[in-house]
Amino acid sequence: MKSAVLVFPGSNREGDVARALELVTGVKPTLVWHADTSLPAGTDLVVLPGGFSYGDYLRCGAIAARAAIMDAVRAHAARGGLVLGICNGFQILCESGLLPGVLVRNARLRFICREALLKVERNDTPFTRRYAKGAVVRYPVAHGEGNYTADADTLKRLEDDGRVVFRYVMADGRRDDTQVLNGAANSIAGIVSEKLNVLGLMPHPENHVDPLVGPTDGRALFESIVGALERA
Amino acid sequence: MKARVLVTLKSAVLDPQGKAIEGALRSLGVPGVASVRQGKVFDVELDTTDAAKAEATLKDACEKLLANTVIETYRIEFVG
Repeated sequence: MKSAVLVFPGSNREGDVARALELVTGVKPTLVWHADTSLPAGTDLVVLPGGFSYGDYLRCGAIAARAAIMDAVRAHAARGGLVLGICNGFQILCESGLLPGVLVRNARLRFICREALLKVERNDTPFTRRYAKGAVVRYPVAHGEGNYTADADTLKRLEDDGRVVFRYVMADGRRDDTQVLNGAANSIAGIVSEKLNVLGLMPHPENHVDPLVGPTDGRALFESIVGALERA
Repeated sequence: MKARVLVTLKSAVLDPQGKAIEGALRSLGVPGVASVRQGKVFDVELDTTDAAKAEATLKDACEKLLANTVIETYRIEFVG
């Protein structure tokens, strides 16, 4: 499995996700600079890591979404290639039009850095096949702008098509849209594209992969990708 | 020519920053403030004197980068 991790000025989780990918797949990913115009030949997975690309200037992810490498990412996605955007990567995917909606300032204006409980809404995507449908998992979150918003039509389309893959839930596993940590519409933490090959999520699965540092709930996401590519 | 582009949140979009500023004005005792919404201002210098051309350029800039039309609207004003 060949993965490429994009690096923008201000990305800071590329090391975390590269480490997680190497741990799970046994292969080191290639780091790809934003000004490059092509992905390494044979790339299976493109990862847009977390961080603060361009210092969050203008809007989170707005400038990175217009970087030279993004045309190659769009072409990769159009071919059905896998794309994973985590945190700032999710913001970039929304700004680039690869995913609908936008991530705005957290409802209570605070930067949230803690563990979040998420429900895996479906396990028939390339990113979640190693989870049980409806499983509740723990991933850390660290963001100031994770409040997912879209117009009513877009939200309805996402729900009707079952494109919400991860949702924030309470300690008892229930969804409560009035108590979402960041105010996200419909408790949305992560969504996929129509063809299920582009996933964007605010929480960080790459930080829960090693028993040395805590829970390993994030591992199955990377194992899912390996499994999906083997099957393809 | 010089232009000013104003980008503001659509009225249906919650503006927590505006709300916080509104609260701060209230706690400072500034009277008569009913509500505050925060936006962005871009002062742009264009190397043309053709107003129609300048407007087309700025519209393009807004649609491509300056505004996220999912949540924001923009207004173009010419100054001077």
